Amino acid sequence: MKYLMFVTTDSDHTESDAAAAPDIEEWADYVQGRGSHVIGDRLRPAADATTVRVRGGELLVTDGPFAEAGEWIAGFDVLECADLDEAIEVASRHPMAYAGRLELRPFWPLGDE
Amino acid sequence: MTVPPHARSSAAVANAVAAERLRIVASLVRITGDWELAEDCVQDAAARALERWPDDGVPANPAAWLTTAARRRAVDVLRRRQTEREKLRELHALSELERDVTGDDVPGPYGDDRLRMLFACCHPALPMAGRVALTLKSVAGLSTREIARAFLVSEATMGQRLLRTRNKIAHAGIGFRVPEPHRLAERTASVLAVIYLVFNEGYAATEGERFRDDLATEAIQLTALVSELLPGDDEVHGLRALLLLQNSRRAARTDAVGDLVTMEEQDRGRWDGAQIAAGLESLAAARATGRPPGWYRLQAEIAALHATAASPADTDWVRIVMAYDALLALNPSPVVALNRAIAVGFRAGPEAGLAELSELETGGGLADYPLVPAVRADLLRRAGRYREAAAAYVVAIDAAGTEPERRLLRRRLREVGGADPAEPAR
Repeated sequence: MKYLMFVTTDSDHTESDAAAAPDIEEWADYVQGRGSHVIGDRLRPAADATTVRVRGGELLVTDGPFAEAGEWIAGFDVLECADLDEAIEVASRHPMAYAGRLELRPFWPLGDE
Repeated sequence: MTVPPHARSSAAVANAVAAERLRIVASLVRITGDWELAEDCVQDAAARALERWPDDGVPANPAAWLTTAARRRAVDVLRRRQTEREKLRELHALSELERDVTGDDVPGPYGDDRLRMLFACCHPALPMAGRVALTLKSVAGLSTREIARAFLVSEATMGQRLLRTRNKIAHAGIGFRVPEPHRLAERTASVLAVIYLVFNEGYAATEGERFRDDLATEAIQLTALVSELLPGDDEVHGLRALLLLQNSRRAARTDAVGDLVTMEEQDRGRWDGAQIAAGLESLAAARATGRPPGWYRLQAEIAALHATAASPADTDWVRIVMAYDALLALNPSPVVALNRAIAVGFRAGPEAGLAELSELETGGGLADYPLVPAVRADLLRRAGRYREAAAAYVVAIDAAGTEPERRLLRRRLREVGGADPAEPAR
């Protein structure tokens, strides 16, 4: 199964949580070693976001993210895992599991119910 | 006395289904990944047995007969579906079903489908209400209607809840497997939390709520299953001990007219000796693991000290307060602190209990907890401070959650000579 892992900020953590976070290189080695990593990267902050809509036939391009929030998406990874437990295991070793939060969203391939 | 073959075979069907349902459903879920199909096939097999056994006689191995019938049904359904739209997973399931696997063919110490099912139903990625409903449906084998009644919602609402839970399992990719060894303890804790919640729903049931009442029994049966499947986990035995010891007091909790009787006033002769013995046995099994006592085991230790005391005065309050201290060290919850204050009130007298209580209140955290006024009222009553107690009971009656609790508090209010605000003055 494919999962999109949103890497998001979360101010609700302690300094010792952040200090306990493993190194991102370590995570990259781990996830690539087990063959679970499809693609992933950091993302520029929300200030660099552009929102695009078409309304009433008119293209609307605006500055900023689609929703203003205290937390923002800082990166993403696409994981290929046998099941959710595997994806949770991969996510639990990511540094941002300690100093942010990770959201796992299963892919919903077109044609599937 | 002769039993007509019809009656004999329907009892045999009921027994065989009760004994084997979970194993058959769980193996079908593992193979097909389709929870609803698995349940339907077992129901169909049971119906077929009811039809056939009166004429053909009860088979020598009813469990094997039911398993084969359920699997054949699954093959039929999947074949029919296949013609509609071929799916890789279903093709795979078909070939596995036709090989007639035995069900427990995955090696390893946790190679049991029932355990896989339990972990899937109690997966932390599912909402708690869904975990509870699905565990009762798929592990305990209750009908949607029974679960709906127990949780005081309509059958349609419960059906929706079960559907959403099964959908999340399928869509999120919750696997049908036992967690990795390094995650086993925390995932087992999640299973135990579901069972504890089921028990409390049943235990909190008031009179006339038979369906809720049955939940306590279901929960105890679930702990029997889990302790069979995970015998090395001390908290599994601890929870089983706790539930048995609490449930042993069930009959004594209410009097002839359905009013609540506090533990202090209960007729200890009405406590269920067999359940107490079984509870103490589970507690011994928990202790035998040699681990430091966990959350459920500590509560079971407290329940055991009550269960083995000949009278309220003979209760070992010193050890009970120590157990509460250990619980607070594990989890500094205000509810545990409140119970500790009550225990201190028995160990060192009501004034000491009141001192604990006011310390808790200044510490905060207990502010809106509805049991606080009732606890204070009882401590004041024991201290002989009847006027203050009466005022506290009036507040407690207002804060009480259920009618039986309010009736008990009104009785107490009369005992301390207070006037019940709800009753017209004479």
